[in-house]
Amino acid sequence: MTFALLIEWLIKGFVLVLVLLGGFAYLTLYERKALARIQVRIGPNRAGPWGILQPIADAIKLIFKEELIPAKADKLLFILAPVVTLVPALVITAVVPWGSEIMMFGRVITLYIADINVGVLYIMSVASIAVYGVVLAGWSSNNKYAMMGGLRSSAQMISYEMSLGLAFISAIMLAGSMRMLDIVEAQRTLWFVLLQPVGTAIFLIATLAEVNRPPFDMPEAEQELTAGYHVEYSGMKFALLFMAEYDKMIAISAIGATLFFGGFRGPFVDTYPWLGPIYMLLKLVILLFGMIWVRATFPRIRYDRLMAFGWKVMLPLSLAIVFITAAGILLAEQVNPLLIWTVPALSLLAGVFTIAMIDRELRRKEYARA
Amino acid sequence: MLLEYTAIAAFIIVTAAIGFIAIGLGMLFGPKKSTDKKAMPYESGMNPIGPGTRRMPVHFYLIAVLFILFDIEVVFLLPYAIAFRQLGLFGLIEMLIFIVILLVGYFYAWKKGALEWE
Amino acid sequence: MTPDQIIFILTAALIISSALMVVTTRNLIHAALWLVAALFGVAILYAVLNAGFFVVVQVVVYIGAIAILFIFAVMLTRREMRDRGPQLRKNWWLAALLGMLAFSGLAFLLINQADINRSAAVIPAGLDTLGALGAALVSPDLYLLPFEVASILLLAALIGAVYLAATRK
Repeated sequence: MTFALLIEWLIKGFVLVLVLLGGFAYLTLYERKALARIQVRIGPNRAGPWGILQPIADAIKLIFKEELIPAKADKLLFILAPVVTLVPALVITAVVPWGSEIMMFGRVITLYIADINVGVLYIMSVASIAVYGVVLAGWSSNNKYAMMGGLRSSAQMISYEMSLGLAFISAIMLAGSMRMLDIVEAQRTLWFVLLQPVGTAIFLIATLAEVNRPPFDMPEAEQELTAGYHVEYSGMKFALLFMAEYDKMIAISAIGATLFFGGFRGPFVDTYPWLGPIYMLLKLVILLFGMIWVRATFPRIRYDRLMAFGWKVMLPLSLAIVFITAAGILLAEQVNPLLIWTVPALSLLAGVFTIAMIDRELRRKEYARA
Repeated sequence: MLLEYTAIAAFIIVTAAIGFIAIGLGMLFGPKKSTDKKAMPYESGMNPIGPGTRRMPVHFYLIAVLFILFDIEVVFLLPYAIAFRQLGLFGLIEMLIFIVILLVGYFYAWKKGALEWE
Repeated sequence: MTPDQIIFILTAALIISSALMVVTTRNLIHAALWLVAALFGVAILYAVLNAGFFVVVQVVVYIGAIAILFIFAVMLTRREMRDRGPQLRKNWWLAALLGMLAFSGLAFLLINQADINRSAAVIPAGLDTLGALGAALVSPDLYLLPFEVASILLLAALIGAVYLAATRK
């Protein structure tokens, strides 16, 4: 380990954090604008042309806000909780490759912080730490709504974490490696979303629950919990919690793009490596739009149904998907490479079967009520 | 020493520093005029009723136990997912046995109503 | 001293001091969080030993699942999450004596180990440790039996938890 290397890491980390902070700021604007357009409104348009200065105005406002700490709160944990929420949200991106490597200042700079051989498991581990921020924020506020929101949120996050892990496993099996760069390389000819569409769908649904986005935003249901675990937070501490939520969205979209949508790969990326981050950005914008669209379209799901969906639908389905993937790849390796297409076919069959079962169950309940 | 983990450690330090700097900025510039009313727990403008922290339902505990078990299962599946191409049909059956044993417990929990929310 | 040794000493200090905080702090939630710090220190030790898989598994299973269960259990048990009783029992010195004895016995055994001074093995580049682990888990002459027995252990834990905690109507 040389001193220059340490400096390079610190600079890269700092640049990535700055990019994520900027991404957070403009993601809020993107979301407000897109939601407004979907609801036939205009959205923020006062601060600067098309409202592009709106995030800066928001940030300045929040810095000058009074920070309240409830009298009976656990002060240290109350202050620590936003940082504990923010750190995993940013650190999870350490293994995401934004490109391969470029030449800059006379040295080869890799466009990722670390390339560890357990990259996907690293993502799982950081995602599992993210629960702490929510629990701590809810508990230290000494407010019953915050407490309930924190508990609900943590139970929801751990319930969907297994499906998320199993969706990861289907991608790992297709690539034969947990290293993020190998997974991107394995999608050179074919994106994994085509080979494992149901696994991708499970990933996208589970991540919505993991980052508490609508329609799984039960923990912060305004109408009944007033805002959930961050009800007592104000000023910069609230901004940090908010930032963590949006950076988690960005991180999760980047991970999804890497695992299932070809990562930084695209036409000509081998000859011009700097195209890598641009392709990532494009894929991010599209995936994030999906999240915003879902928010604008679906009503919030009831908490008992949310937990039942996670445990009774997502978990068995994702286990089945892992087995279909393993069996299909073994068939393709040992009989005929074309048999790899049994993976998407059987997965879609399992997905359709699951949807039919849910439909039947819901009809039965409706019938029982009538 | 794994170099990559040092890089991650450096990144963790950078992010934590950003977090504390942001909180410090807020403390530096924000007004500090706390009153008893402001420091009360927020309950939609009403006077708070009862203690802020209370016992939670036992169901959350059960969910956490179930989560640990399935999390360990996922962790066991991961090295298998790397090696399964060499292991072939035999490995697939071994893994199927492992999962089926756990699924017995899963259906027991389902039948006992551990997955229901009132 | 090599960098590895410095990191080891710092990490060991972190683990021991947070373990002490776990048993001395009055607030049960704080105790659980100090436990998380100790477990995180163990993850760092795995990193020093070049065991990347165990670093992340330690974080996923112990910090991400088991410590969360502890926090839930603390929130479950008492309305006031604070221990008010006396901190030391009457015959605490007996426990301290037994602890010291066990510690010195273990330390004696360790110091007399032949390879106590060996540093962590260097893993040759390109060695697929994860694949080897996966293959070892399901090959009959290595860990197949412990692996399948582990699933029965997990099943027993699952049934026990459901039996204890599921609401009886």
